[in-house]
Amino acid sequence: MLLTLSTTHRPATDLGYLLHKHPERTQSFDLPFGGAQVFYTEATAEKCTAAMVLDIDPIALKRRRAGGFELAQYVNDRPYVASSFMSVAIARVYGSALKGQCDEKPDLAMTPIPLQARISALCCRDGAQLIRSLFEPLGYTVTVDSHILDDTFPEWGESPYHTVSIEAQTRLGDLLTHLYVLIPVLDDDKHYYVSDEEIDKLMSRGEGWLNVHPERDLIVERYLKHQHHLKQEALSRLRDEQPAEKEDRPDAGEATVEEELKLYQQRLEAVITALEASGASRVLDLGCGPGRLLEGLLQRPQFVEIVGVDVVHRALERAAANLQLDRLPPRQRQRIQLIQGSLTYRDTRLSGYDAAALVEVIEHLEPSRLPAFERVIFEFARPGTVVITTPNADYNIRWPSLPAGRFRHEDHRFEWTRAEFASWAQTVAQAFSYHVRILPVGPGDPEVGAPTQMAVFSAVDG
Amino acid sequence: MAKTRTTKIVLPEVSLVVLIGASGSGKSTCAKTHFLPTEVLSSDFFRALVSDDENSLEATDDAFAALHFVAARRLANMKLTVVDATNVQAFARKPLVQLARQHHVFPIALVLDIPEQVCRQRNRQRSDRNFGDHVIGQQCKQLRHSLKNLKREGFRRIHVLRSEEEVGQLTIERERLWSNCRDECGPFDIIGDVHGCADELRLLLSKLGYEVAGDRVTPPAGRKAIFLGDLVDRGPKIPEALRLVMGMVADGTARCVPGNHDVRLMKALQGKNVQRTHGLLESLEQLDAQPAEFSVRVSAFIDGLVSHCVLDGGELVVAHAGMKSELAGRTSATVREFALYGEATGETDEFGLPVRWDWAAEYRGQAAVIYGHTPVPHAAWLNNTVNIDTGCVFGGSLTALRYPERELVSVAAARAYAEPVRPIAEPDETPGPSAQQAHDDVLDIGDLLGKRIVDTRLLPAITIREDRGIAALEVISRFAIDPRWLLYLPPTMSPTRTSARPDLLEHPAEAFAYYGRSGAGQVICQEKHMGSRATVLICRDGEAAARRLGVAGDDPGVCYTRTGRRFFDDDELESQFLERIRMAVSSAGLWEELETTWMLLDCELMPWSARAQQLLKEQYAAVGAAARISLGEVVAALETATARDKGSDSWLDEYRARRERIERYIDAYRAYCWPVAALTDLKLAPFHLMASEGTVHCDKTHLWHLEMLAKLCAADPEIFQPTGYRLVDLDEEDSRTGATTWWEERTESGSEGMVVKPLTFVARGGRGELLQPAVKCRGREYLRIIYGPEYTTPEHLQQLRRRNVKAKQSLALREFSLGLEALERFVRGEPLRRVHECVFGVLALESEPVDPRL
Repeated sequence: MLLTLSTTHRPATDLGYLLHKHPERTQSFDLPFGGAQVFYTEATAEKCTAAMVLDIDPIALKRRRAGGFELAQYVNDRPYVASSFMSVAIARVYGSALKGQCDEKPDLAMTPIPLQARISALCCRDGAQLIRSLFEPLGYTVTVDSHILDDTFPEWGESPYHTVSIEAQTRLGDLLTHLYVLIPVLDDDKHYYVSDEEIDKLMSRGEGWLNVHPERDLIVERYLKHQHHLKQEALSRLRDEQPAEKEDRPDAGEATVEEELKLYQQRLEAVITALEASGASRVLDLGCGPGRLLEGLLQRPQFVEIVGVDVVHRALERAAANLQLDRLPPRQRQRIQLIQGSLTYRDTRLSGYDAAALVEVIEHLEPSRLPAFERVIFEFARPGTVVITTPNADYNIRWPSLPAGRFRHEDHRFEWTRAEFASWAQTVAQAFSYHVRILPVGPGDPEVGAPTQMAVFSAVDG
Repeated sequence: MAKTRTTKIVLPEVSLVVLIGASGSGKSTCAKTHFLPTEVLSSDFFRALVSDDENSLEATDDAFAALHFVAARRLANMKLTVVDATNVQAFARKPLVQLARQHHVFPIALVLDIPEQVCRQRNRQRSDRNFGDHVIGQQCKQLRHSLKNLKREGFRRIHVLRSEEEVGQLTIERERLWSNCRDECGPFDIIGDVHGCADELRLLLSKLGYEVAGDRVTPPAGRKAIFLGDLVDRGPKIPEALRLVMGMVADGTARCVPGNHDVRLMKALQGKNVQRTHGLLESLEQLDAQPAEFSVRVSAFIDGLVSHCVLDGGELVVAHAGMKSELAGRTSATVREFALYGEATGETDEFGLPVRWDWAAEYRGQAAVIYGHTPVPHAAWLNNTVNIDTGCVFGGSLTALRYPERELVSVAAARAYAEPVRPIAEPDETPGPSAQQAHDDVLDIGDLLGKRIVDTRLLPAITIREDRGIAALEVISRFAIDPRWLLYLPPTMSPTRTSARPDLLEHPAEAFAYYGRSGAGQVICQEKHMGSRATVLICRDGEAAARRLGVAGDDPGVCYTRTGRRFFDDDELESQFLERIRMAVSSAGLWEELETTWMLLDCELMPWSARAQQLLKEQYAAVGAAARISLGEVVAALETATARDKGSDSWLDEYRARRERIERYIDAYRAYCWPVAALTDLKLAPFHLMASEGTVHCDKTHLWHLEMLAKLCAADPEIFQPTGYRLVDLDEEDSRTGATTWWEERTESGSEGMVVKPLTFVARGGRGELLQPAVKCRGREYLRIIYGPEYTTPEHLQQLRRRNVKAKQSLALREFSLGLEALERFVRGEPLRRVHECVFGVLALESEPVDPRL
C-alpha cells in the first residue's frame, strides 16, 4: 500500500517533473476502489523520494465482489499489500511517467537515472527467490526483507509478505512498467476479470523486455490469471506464431508434483486397453472428474453405453463442457450420461454394467470408508470387470519435487506401496469372488516399479 | 314399459371405472351425476387439452396418451378413476384393463347400452357433433358385440344399464376395500405362524393376558389378536388351533390373514389335487378324525380370509409373508400371491426351495409391516418390518408382537414337532450386529438424492432442496466420518439483532428483549468459548460401541467437527483424547446415573489454533502481518513528511489509529491461540449432554445439562473446561444489568462473548412458535476477527448495521430441529438411513447462502 520512488540524480527534485507531482505539495486522487495520496518524504538536490499511499476501501472491495459469501471477502490482506490495485494506481496517478512522457523535461524521461523503488509489502507465496528472478534479469539490484507471520507464534513460520526494494540506473518509465506488470505477477492474483484485452495490454507493456525475460512463460501465465488459452495465445504472439490449438490442462493440483501429462496419457491408455480387452460395452467411469477418460471411451465405438459418475458436481459440469455434450450428435449423445454419485453409498443406478474404471480415485477415500466402498463396488454394483489405478508410493522417491513422506496430491488420504495395493486387491478379490491381475503403468524402474499401479478385477460368476 | 326400480351399483372405493357407451348414450351426464369432477377423465376434455379442439380426431392418440398418464398417477395415489370415453372397441379397453392391473385395482365396466334411437336423437341436438347417424349405429353394434367379451377381457365387475330410466334411477355406493381396516387402531397382539401348536398358542394367549377357557378366548379389555396365518399343517393339534382362532374371529376378538399352508389345505378340502407334503398330510388326517361338518367350516373360513390388512390409519400392515408398500391396501392376484408367498426371484436354493426376494431390505414404507412365513431364530426389526415366525413347530417358539408397544412376547415350543427342510439359522452366541445394523452397513444413495422433505418432531416438512443436497453429498462423501458414528450435527446460531447502540453491533439488551417479548421469563447466559465446535460421541468401551452403533473395530468414540469431519488428523492424539473422556465419564459415574453405554456431547474444543491452524495462518495472522508491515511503513513515511511540514496531520492521525486497530485485531485472535504440545493443552468445554440411551435430553433445562457436565469437568479438570453461566430474570432490571456487566467484563478481557438461551432446551413463544434455541452476543473486540480490523470506524459500522438476522434465524431453527430429530430417531432404534437423512439435511442446509459473519 506504500510505494516510494527515489532518485539521487542531480538535481534529485527533477523527479517532481518526471512524476508530474510537485515535491512541495501533497496530492490526493480518487480511484474506483479507494484513494491514493502522493507526497514527498524528502526533496533535496541530492535525494528526492516520492511516496504513494494507496488506500483501498474494504467496503467498496466487498461490493465489487458481490455474490458468494466467504469470510475471506471481509478479512483479507488486499488493503495492505501491493497488488493489481497498485498497478491500476500507477497507471492512474503516474500515467504520463509510465508512458515515458514528460513535457517539461522530455530528454530526462528518456535518460537512465539512478532510481530506487520500495514496496512496503508485496505478497509472494513463492518466496524471495522469485522476486529476485523477476527483477534481477531486468538489471535491478534487489533487496528483499521477509517477515514472519506472528512473532508470538514463531512456529507458524514465514508470512508471504516481503518488503522489496529495487535499484537501477534506468528510465523512470521502464521502472514503472516493470512494477506495473510484475507486481500482480508476484501477487499471483488480479482483482478484475481477465479477457483477451489483457493480452494486448501485456504485449504493449512487455515490449522490448518480456520476450527475452528468462521467466517469460511464468510472467505470461500469471499475468493472464492462469487462463490457459489466453496464455497460449499471448505466447504465440510473442513468438510471432499463429495461435495454438486449444488444449486442456490436466488437474492443476496433481500437475504441480507429477510430470502429469505423459503419465496421465499412459494411464488412460492402459485403462482403455484393459476395458477393451474385457469385451465390455457398457462401462462406468467412477470418479470421472473433468472427463478425460470419458473422452477416450467415446472415441471407441465398442463402448455403447458410458456413464461418468463423480461426487463433485462441479466436475460433472466441467466434464459436460469439455466433452461438449450439448453439441454431440444425438446418437453419440445417447451413449453417454453423467450422474452425481458417491462411492460410499449403495447405488442401484450403477448395477448391471460390464465394467467400471476407477482411475486415481480410491486414494481420495478415507481408509475407514474403504469397507463401504468395497461393498458398493464389488458386491452391489458388481460390474464384470473393475479397473483400479492408484499411485505407487514406492515410486515417490523418484519425484524430485516431492518431499519425502508427502503425498502426490493434498487430497490423497493414503498412497499404497506395491505390496499394500497387491494385498488389498487380493483380499477384495477373495471376499467378493473376483480374479485380479496387477499391472504397472508408466516407465518402470527396476527398484521402485512404475509410478502408477493398476489392478484389473474380473468377476468369477458361477 | 319397464317397471320403475332403482338400480344400485356398489363400487370398491379404489377402482378404475370404464364407461362404455355410444356417443349420445349419456355417459358424461351419468359421470357428472355420480362422481367428483376430478374423478372423471373424459376423452373430449383430453382432446381439447392437447389440441384445443375437443372433437379433433387427429388428437385422439395424444389425448389417450395423456389420459392414461393421468389415470396411472391417480391409481398410484389410490384414487378412484372414471374413464369417460366411448370404449366400445376392445382395443380401447385393453390398455385400461392393463392399467388397473398394473396398479392392482379392479377394472369395472359400466355399460350404457341405450337404444340407438335415443343416442341419435341426442346427437342431433348437439351443434358441435356433426357426424352422421351411421357412426352411432356402428358404435352401438360394436358395443353389443363387446358385451359378451368384457369378462374375458379382465373386467372384474360388469354393470349394464339398458335404458334411460335405468340410468336415471342409478345410485352408486362405494364400499371399502376388504384390506382397508385403517379405522381399527388396536391395541393388537399379532401372533406368528401357529402350525397346529395349540398348546403353545394357549400359553401365549394366557401370557398376553387373554382368558382361555376351553375353546373360548376372552381378550383383555380393548385388545384384539391378529393371526398371521399358517394355522395348519405339521403340528400336533391342528383342529384345536383352528377352533380357537375361528372362534375368536367369529367373536370379533381376532382377525386372521391366510397363510400359504391354510390356502393349500383349503384347496385339498375342496377336492383339488394337491401334493400332501410339507405337513398337509397331518392336517388332513387330524381333520378326518373330526366331524365332516368341521372341515366344511374350515374351508369356508379360509376362503373368507382377506390377503392382508392395513390398520391403524395406515401405520400398520399385517400379512403372512410380508407386503411391499406399492401393493399394500390393493387388490389383485399379485397382491394375494405376495401376501402368501412373498416374491420369488426365480432361483432355488440348495434345498430345492424357491429363493425369495428380500423385500424387507428395500422396504421404505411408512407403515410397520408384521409378517411371518419364513422361520427365523429370533424376531428382529428391519426397516420398520419384523418377521415374528420363530419356528414354534420346529421346536423354536411362538411369538407375538404387542402393538403399538412393539414388545415381543414368546413361549418356547414344548418340543420340535417337525423337521424344517431348510435348517433355521442357529442364534449366534456372540453378540453380532442386529439385522438392522447389518443392513445399515452400507446406506443407499437413493435415500438422499433429489429434493427431500423431512418431518421432524419440532418442525414439520423441512425442505432439503436438490441443489443443497448435491453440495452436501460431496462434503459427506469426501470428508465425513462413517455414518454409523455421525448421529448428530450441531445447528448454526444466530447473533442478536443489531444493537441499538451506535458504537456496537451486538449487545445483550437485544437478546433479553427477544426472549422477553416471546414470554420466556428466565434465560441462561453461558460463556461463549472460542475454539472449534466439536461433537463427541463416547461409549463405555469398544464393545458397547459395536453393539449399539454396529461399528466394526474397537474405538470407544469419535470427536468430529460441525461438518462431520474427524476433529483430529493425529490418530494417537485422538485415541488418547477419547480415552480421557471415557475415563472421566466413568469416574463421574455417569454411565450408571444415566443408565447408558454411550452419550453424545455438544462441545467447543480449544484452542482455536488446534483445528483452525491453516485458516489462522493463511488468513487471520496473514492479514495482521501484512497490515502491520504496511501501516508501519506508511506511518513512518507520513511522520517524515509531517516533519518536513509536507504531510497532513490528519492522515498521520488516521494511519496511527489504523495501526492501533490492527494491534487490537492481532491481540483478538492471539487470545484464542496457544501451542498444543501435549494432550492437556487441549481444553474441551461441553455445554450440552445431547443424548444417552433411551433419551434425547432436550426435555431438560440447561441447568440440568450444566450440572451433569460439571461432574465431568470435575472428574478431569485438566481436559475439561466448565462453562460459566448466569441465570437472568428478564423482568428484573438488576438481573439484566448484572448479566450485562458480566458480559462487558468478560469481553473486555478477551472472551468471545456469551450465548443467551431460554432455560428449557426447547422453548416456544406465545403463538406456539419455536423460539431460537440460543442467540449469541459477541464482544466488540472479538468481532474484529469477523468483520475486519477496521470495522469499529463509524463509516464501517454504519454499513454493517444493515445486517439482517432473519435468514440466519430461520436456518438455525431448521438445523436445530433436524439435529434433535436425528438423535430422536437414533434413540428409538430407527434404521440408520432415517438418522442419516436428518444429519445430511443439516449439512445441506449449511450450504444455504447466509452471511457467514452472522
